[in-house]
Amino acid sequence: MNFGFSEEQELLRATARKFLENECPSSTVRKLMDTPEGTTPEFWAKLAEQGWLGLIFPEAYGGVGLGVVDLVVLMEEMGRVVMPGPYLSTVLLGGLALLEAGSEAQKKQWLPKIAAGETRATLALTEPNARWDAQGVTATAAATGGGAFTLSGTKLFVPDAHVADLLVVAARTGPGAVGAAAGSEDGVSLFLVPRRAPGLEVTLLPTMDQTRKLCEVKLAGVRVPADALLGVAGQGWRPLRRVLERATVALCAEMCGGAQRVLEMTTEYAKIRIAFGKPIGAYQGVKHKAADMLVEVENAKSITYYTAWAVDENAPDATLAVSMAKACVSDAYRRVAGAGIQLHGGIGFTWEHDLHLYFKRAKSSEFTFGDATHHRERVAQLINL
Amino acid sequence: MELTPTPEQRSFRDEVRAWLRGNMPRQWTARLAASSDVPRAEAYDLLRDWQRRLHAAGFIGLTWPREYGGRGLTFMEEMILAEEMALAKAPPVLNILGIGMAGPTIIAYGTEEQKKRYLPKILSADEIWCQGYSEPNAGSDLASLQTRAVRDGREYVVDGQKVWTSLAHTSDWMMLLARTDPDAPRHKGITYFLLDMHLPGVTVKPLRQITGDAEFNEVFFDGVRVHDSQVLGGVNNGWAVGMTTLMYERLALGFGLQMRLRIALDGLIEMARRAEKAGHAVTKDPVLRQKIAQLWIDTECLKYTGARAITRLLKGEMPGPEASTGKMGWVETHQRLQELAMEIQGPYAQLVKGSDWAVEDGLWQHAFLRSRANSIEGGTTEIQKNIIGERVLGLPKG
Repeated sequence: MNFGFSEEQELLRATARKFLENECPSSTVRKLMDTPEGTTPEFWAKLAEQGWLGLIFPEAYGGVGLGVVDLVVLMEEMGRVVMPGPYLSTVLLGGLALLEAGSEAQKKQWLPKIAAGETRATLALTEPNARWDAQGVTATAAATGGGAFTLSGTKLFVPDAHVADLLVVAARTGPGAVGAAAGSEDGVSLFLVPRRAPGLEVTLLPTMDQTRKLCEVKLAGVRVPADALLGVAGQGWRPLRRVLERATVALCAEMCGGAQRVLEMTTEYAKIRIAFGKPIGAYQGVKHKAADMLVEVENAKSITYYTAWAVDENAPDATLAVSMAKACVSDAYRRVAGAGIQLHGGIGFTWEHDLHLYFKRAKSSEFTFGDATHHRERVAQLINL
Repeated sequence: MELTPTPEQRSFRDEVRAWLRGNMPRQWTARLAASSDVPRAEAYDLLRDWQRRLHAAGFIGLTWPREYGGRGLTFMEEMILAEEMALAKAPPVLNILGIGMAGPTIIAYGTEEQKKRYLPKILSADEIWCQGYSEPNAGSDLASLQTRAVRDGREYVVDGQKVWTSLAHTSDWMMLLARTDPDAPRHKGITYFLLDMHLPGVTVKPLRQITGDAEFNEVFFDGVRVHDSQVLGGVNNGWAVGMTTLMYERLALGFGLQMRLRIALDGLIEMARRAEKAGHAVTKDPVLRQKIAQLWIDTECLKYTGARAITRLLKGEMPGPEASTGKMGWVETHQRLQELAMEIQGPYAQLVKGSDWAVEDGLWQHAFLRSRANSIEGGTTEIQKNIIGERVLGLPKG
């Protein structure tokens, strides 16, 4: 058994840390989060240069061909600096959906462009009902003859749709779209839709976490041709679930990286901040809280690392592990970020200090791909409670 | 990262599993549900016999050197054994302090004679060990211990008192910390002795606990004469030796704790399936489902945190931060599990052994009460947090 990272992975970590410290310090994060795009073409091009936009795509599609365990290392580093921009949406949602569900032609056409930084994509899955299961998909795709479809409905909480060139839209096709079968996993189809398609309207939403951009996407009779269908009509949920599982592990890793950084910032501060003539870290009221934070962070990492391995290896308990990880990490990051503010006192509550970037990222991440309550219920189902 | 077992590890797991299938003590089954507990008095004979049979089969002291009766294997096999014992709901081993603490410390500091004399009998359960650290005025602040050992020729004369000494009433030997130089700074004047509990002047008085049982004790020393060959690791070097014991305690006992947590959780889920709340099975109650699922998640997290620590050990590194979090995490999770067991039982939680209405003969009530000791024994949670804060996070001492 080796529950650790390889030399190559440690090298990737060191490279990513150095790159992000230079290219994405908090001054840059603050500049970017104030823009609607959340990134710049120059920064995006540098991510492409590093190979990170195609990290887990096969080499045949312009990627680097690495696995989820490698991805975890990179995501931890991105979370460490609260990197803004459409990485998660482009690579792990839009990109992976293309990889999992797309035809050879679709993959050949789009994945190299995503890896090269020329095309951005996202996944339009969730709706105002705010569900992460198949039942949440109520947008419809009506067949209009010759394999063409017309898409209607409203998608909500769509990450980075405003800067995406392509949207992978989940909608119901065929008889499952209405009547008794509505809501089941059968009947969910995926469509590749250009953002500029007529009838598709994207509205950027003001969000608490400004480093994560969320959109409303209205589909008012968007007509798409036959080759817009990604995979088999009505069979889109299975590949989508695989996309969501991997994106969830990646998100968990990003959250672990953020939580680790909050712990470090708080520990550093507790060593230098003097109160009643002593560093506050000498007081058990502070020291014990910091120890609790460490326990949360270490357990969050442990389950995330295991899950990454399980997903890479298609282990029988991979689905269970994903839900265990998201439940654990959602609570851990929120609590650690909250404790970080508490132990910093007043300075931690200022806009000037970086802690709120982490606190808000913890909150947005908590609700992305289902919160802890959602995933605990999934665990309960999967262990046959 | 490679978590797939090797063919050797798989065959070791098969070996353990096959053995357990044919050798589980029949009398143990009634005690299953609450068996996350430490051995109770009436189970000693059964547990001693159980350890002997495990030992005869080669499953005790896996990581110990072969020349002292061990198998020279790694912590990987130790982990596999613990997992399989949990799956089989096997009883714990009786001489847990000997195997988990005294033995590894003797391996680290003992003379050849000491190793040959003590190690095999620890493994075979012929000699049971207890730990003489805490005193009435030295608990978390262990270095203030006052039990004296005064040199007299080739012997030391021991006077003083220990307290909260688990298993002392059935033990043959004690890991004793005593002050040999009262003038030295408090950490420097302590010596580690291997003390024969049957010597004249040793008196053991059981203490009744909140469970009603008496598994721990006061131990009094009145002019007990200990030969100087019983010093372990050098005179006035006892603090370093004693801390080694504690490191092994957290490390080795971790496997046992993980096993007991898993057994208790499986037992809790079985109980929850049978119990009803407001007309439906407890496992269908949305709030209790959340709590049970959380315990499942926490148990798995602790398992993987332990696996990360083992990876470091296998690579020959010292345990990293994840090792020091193990005990704290286990304590918190186990106490929450026992609280939930009471919540699931509702008003029946009030009934103990002796009532026909008691759930599972009151075993959970005992385990629930016993679990309060978890955050005190083996270093209180507050001390663990000091250790993590100071040694792992580098925060200043208070």
